[in-house]
Amino acid sequence: MYDSGKVIIGLLIFAGIFLFPFIYDHGSPAPKPKPSLDTPAIKALPEKKCVEDTQFMITTHMQFLNDWRDQALRDGNRWYVNKEGKKIWISLQNTCMKCHSNKKDFCDKCHNYAAVQPYCWDCHYDPNGSKL
Amino acid sequence: MITRIIVAFGAVVGIVIAALIGASVPGLRPLIGVALPYVAFAIFLVGFILKVVNWAKSPVPFRIPTTGGQEFSLPWIKWSKIDNPSTTGGVIMRMFFEVCCFRSLFRNMRTDLRSGWLIHHPTKWLWLLALGFHYSFLIIAIRHLRLFVQPVPGFVETLDAVDGMFQIGIPPIYLTDIFILLCVTGLLIRRLCLPKMRFMSLVADYFPLFLILGIVISGLLMRFVYRVDITAVKALATGIASFHPVMPEGIGAIFFVHIALVSTLLAYFPFSKLMHMGGVFMSPTRNLANTNRMAYHENPWRKPPKFHSYEEYEDMYRDYMKEAGLPLERE
Ligand code: HEC
Ligand code: HEC
Ligand code: HEC
Ligand code: HEM
Repeated sequence: MYDSGKVIIGLLIFAGIFLFPFIYDHGSPAPKPKPSLDTPAIKALPEKKCVEDTQFMITTHMQFLNDWRDQALRDGNRWYVNKEGKKIWISLQNTCMKCHSNKKDFCDKCHNYAAVQPYCWDCHYDPNGSKL
Repeated sequence: MITRIIVAFGAVVGIVIAALIGASVPGLRPLIGVALPYVAFAIFLVGFILKVVNWAKSPVPFRIPTTGGQEFSLPWIKWSKIDNPSTTGGVIMRMFFEVCCFRSLFRNMRTDLRSGWLIHHPTKWLWLLALGFHYSFLIIAIRHLRLFVQPVPGFVETLDAVDGMFQIGIPPIYLTDIFILLCVTGLLIRRLCLPKMRFMSLVADYFPLFLILGIVISGLLMRFVYRVDITAVKALATGIASFHPVMPEGIGAIFFVHIALVSTLLAYFPFSKLMHMGGVFMSPTRNLANTNRMAYHENPWRKPPKFHSYEEYEDMYRDYMKEAGLPLERE
């Protein structure tokens, strides 16, 4: 191999960049967070059920909230009828956060894990939270 | 020529269908989600290194840089320091502009007959699309780190915030998603619609384009249409990166399409033209200083020649020469 010094340095940089996740995690996996359902409102529920089915809420709650917002603010329709036919008042603060009043141990847990920072809380107030 | 397009497109469609079938069989899910990425990444890493080492074994006995300007000569002739470098510093600058700005693509010219005149004019489309595509790809790859590492480093979060700064839609659409879609489509249209390009293009040219387009489209579908549980994906991805692989429940089929296409790209990489990623650093037409006349360049495979002096020759044939009456220097 010619210029082996330079080539080896280059290849080490290449391997270092592509192996970054392996080096950074150094063998300790990051298991899925367990969002806590331990709130007074949820404890008082007869059935532990969210607005829609759980799998849908886990994957699609952000788009769902967006639809809620559009329905409430653009169409002026503040009642949502879920798949089971139950009527629910559309509100981020007064519906979602009433049951999930533990934002820190619920929403934030997943969001920190997935490194997303929903900007909703720039304006919306988490009634039980510390931070505006 | 059309068959090349069909073969390349069909191959990508085949991978998508295979991934969809695989995702519907629970037993195959760990194979596609965990085993395939490991194998593909290993092929990528080892294949890439072997290819570069193989290239480095070829001797480059003489300086062959392509010159894009006046070489160093007399003090009153203006020397183009970067386009025709003769110092290490100049080469570093040249490589920087080549790798980061695609300078040689920027010099792309076209020759057209315009109302009877032969015109040479610069065209920047290829450069613009290539640059847009490569930078978008890089930023998307760095942003994807949020799925592979925990805790997520600050620069990844910053890049994420900057990329999604227009906050259009929930989840917000990233600028690089729009750019990469436009640029890859543009590069594909270039090959499909320009007759000369279509004539030159091979399956190996179409396949990476269709493959990358497939990866981008499946990623966008996953983000905006067929949502998957991102926390489960992150558990899988950090599992891979920490060598504690897990296969969480409830990841949608679209993820398997995405990961199968990405794995194909990785495994195909060392054997394809995509190796220009390593090749650009290895090109003797770019990475050598133009010092042909300034410095002595020794042929690296040169062995010291075996000399046979006249004296030795005479010693060898002395008797015969004497017999034939030839003159001898030494009796
Ligand atoms: C009536 C109370 C109630 C309301 C209102 C409610 N939730 Fe829930 N939510 C629950 C319960 C109970 C669960 C747990 C369901 C389960 O484990 O099957 C849950 C689960 C979830 C989950 C999945 C968590 C996980 O990983 O297990 C998400 C995400 C979620 N809710 C978001 C929301 C959002 C967003 C809203 C507002 C649109 C909302 N919830 C409104 C009670 C509620
Ligand atoms: C099961 C874990 C989980 C829980 C619980 C959860 N989220 Fe999320 N949420 C996510 C993930 C993951 C994303 C990012 C999705 C992506 O990147 O495509 C997200 C994204 C969002 C977004 C879009 C922000 C963006 O920038 O993409 C909003 C808004 C949001 N969540 C609101 C909430 C609210 C409000 C709650 C609490 C009631 C909540 N979420 C609870 C996992 C969760
Ligand atoms: C610029 C400030 C601002 C931001 C950021 C913001 N909202 Fe709102 N939102 C409002 C205002 C103002 C209303 C109107 C309140 C009303 O009329 O009851 C509203 C109403 C809503 C409503 C319906 C009414 C209610 O009581 O909740 C929903 C749902 C909603 N927002 C969701 C979101 C989500 C989800 C996000 C983050 C992705 C978000 N908003 C970000 C200002 C904001
Ligand atoms: C060649 C490398 C890859 C490319 C070019 C690519 C491209 C994309 C694109 C363009 C998106 C759309 C959203 C965004 O820009 O973030 C996306 C989303 C996504 N990709 Fe990839 N991807 C690659 C590798 C991977 C790998 C290895 C994984 C495995 C974990 C992965 C998992 C995901 C997930 C989960 C999403 C959805 C993100 C969300 O909803 O926020 N990707 N990808």
